[in-house]
Amino acid sequence: MDDINALSYEQAYSELNDLVAKIETGDLPLDESVKLYERGRLLAAHCQKLLDAAELRIQRLNDDGGLSAF
Amino acid sequence: MLDTSENALSVSDLTAQIRYVLEQTPHLEDVWVAGEVSNMSRPASGHIYFTLKDSAAQIKCVMFKNSAIRQYVEPQNGQRLRVHGRVSVYEAGGQYQLYADQFQTAGGMGDLYVQLERLKLQLEAEGLFDGERKRPLPPQPRKIGVVTSPDAAAFQDVQKVLRGRFPLALVILSPTLVQGLEAPTQIVRAIERLNSYTDVDVIIVCRGGGSIEDLWSFNDERVVRAIFASRIPIISGVGHETDTTLADFVADHRSPTPSAAALDATPDIGDLHEAVRYAATALKVFMEDRLMAESRDLAQLKTDLARRDPQTMISGARQRVDELHIRLGQVQTRYLRRLRERLASRISTLNTVSAESVLKRGYTLVTRPDGTLITRSQQVKDGELVAIRWHDGQHSARIGEDSGGRYKRSLL
Repeated sequence: MDDINALSYEQAYSELNDLVAKIETGDLPLDESVKLYERGRLLAAHCQKLLDAAELRIQRLNDDGGLSAF
Repeated sequence: MLDTSENALSVSDLTAQIRYVLEQTPHLEDVWVAGEVSNMSRPASGHIYFTLKDSAAQIKCVMFKNSAIRQYVEPQNGQRLRVHGRVSVYEAGGQYQLYADQFQTAGGMGDLYVQLERLKLQLEAEGLFDGERKRPLPPQPRKIGVVTSPDAAAFQDVQKVLRGRFPLALVILSPTLVQGLEAPTQIVRAIERLNSYTDVDVIIVCRGGGSIEDLWSFNDERVVRAIFASRIPIISGVGHETDTTLADFVADHRSPTPSAAALDATPDIGDLHEAVRYAATALKVFMEDRLMAESRDLAQLKTDLARRDPQTMISGARQRVDELHIRLGQVQTRYLRRLRERLASRISTLNTVSAESVLKRGYTLVTRPDGTLITRSQQVKDGELVAIRWHDGQHSARIGEDSGGRYKRSLL
């Protein structure tokens, strides 16, 4: 599930919501639903981890449009 | 006089003495002077040079950059100003002048407020403050531009709120002065830089509390127009709750303070945690529902299948045979009972018929009124009522008292 670890919070949360909607309709074959459910659990854990670990980053915008550390 | 010519002062010494006199005159160290501005000049050095005059006199004035940047009015030729400073000598130019450190318009803040009100009406008429043009703020701004001074308490306040509330954000500080004559052009450039070079989701334009003069840059027409022109939505957070500037009117969202602006710009991380938990719970519930529905369907299928199982069909048939068997036994028992009853009734009829034939031959039957047969003389007493039955009818009779014995005897 390396691909999940590479996702940003927004990406992971958005995909999680999509999965919830898909499973809610109940249209998918069962084995696919189970797969989505497993992925959804990992996405939720990833989101929580990102929220727990988040640290505010600050950059400074220079006159020439470049960014530097603040 | 000639004697003393040998003791002539150098120009420098004289000038130094003049300077000394001026600088030792207390009220010239701290003086307000009113007059009309002329010869205004503001070279790249940032210092301001002008002449203040009235109908009869004039005085050269200079304001150095470190004071100039703290002003909220820029002198204009012809404008009446009150200037504060100290009088001293510019030795190289051989002139005394006023070293200014503060301007006020001659009418004080009153003039400025009149100008502000005029500007406000004009911008309002142009539609800069219209509610319809205000854009919604992004719910989760991943990149937040901040236009303020890097050193100001306001920026510390913004950081503090964002750390606690939405640390997922990347803050891009577009530094600027936030007060003084230079501030408006710098604020305008800081806003334009964020629009040109970055993809921030929202911009916070902020400055901490101060006097109304300190906040005056945020009433500057250039700043108001730059906020209006911004492609990116802007939140204003200028001064304290009670302060209102034109920047507040034109901004997409007005927050009362820098901290409030940071708060209004962002969701709370607690809510995000909650949203993720909610999604995870929904995922679980829907999956369980799905599994339960599947297992219900499966149970239904099993039931349907069991109904079509040959084994079940045979045992069903066997059960029906057993039931028929039981019913057959019941029918037989009832039939036999009916036969027995019919037989008994025949027998009884036969008995009656055989008694009738005897009576026809002249015999009678004597019974008690209740019908019980009297077969022996000792069964009756004198005076007792009896019934005598012939084959064609019956009469009642009383056993005689006196002649009874004879009668009985004769019968015997």
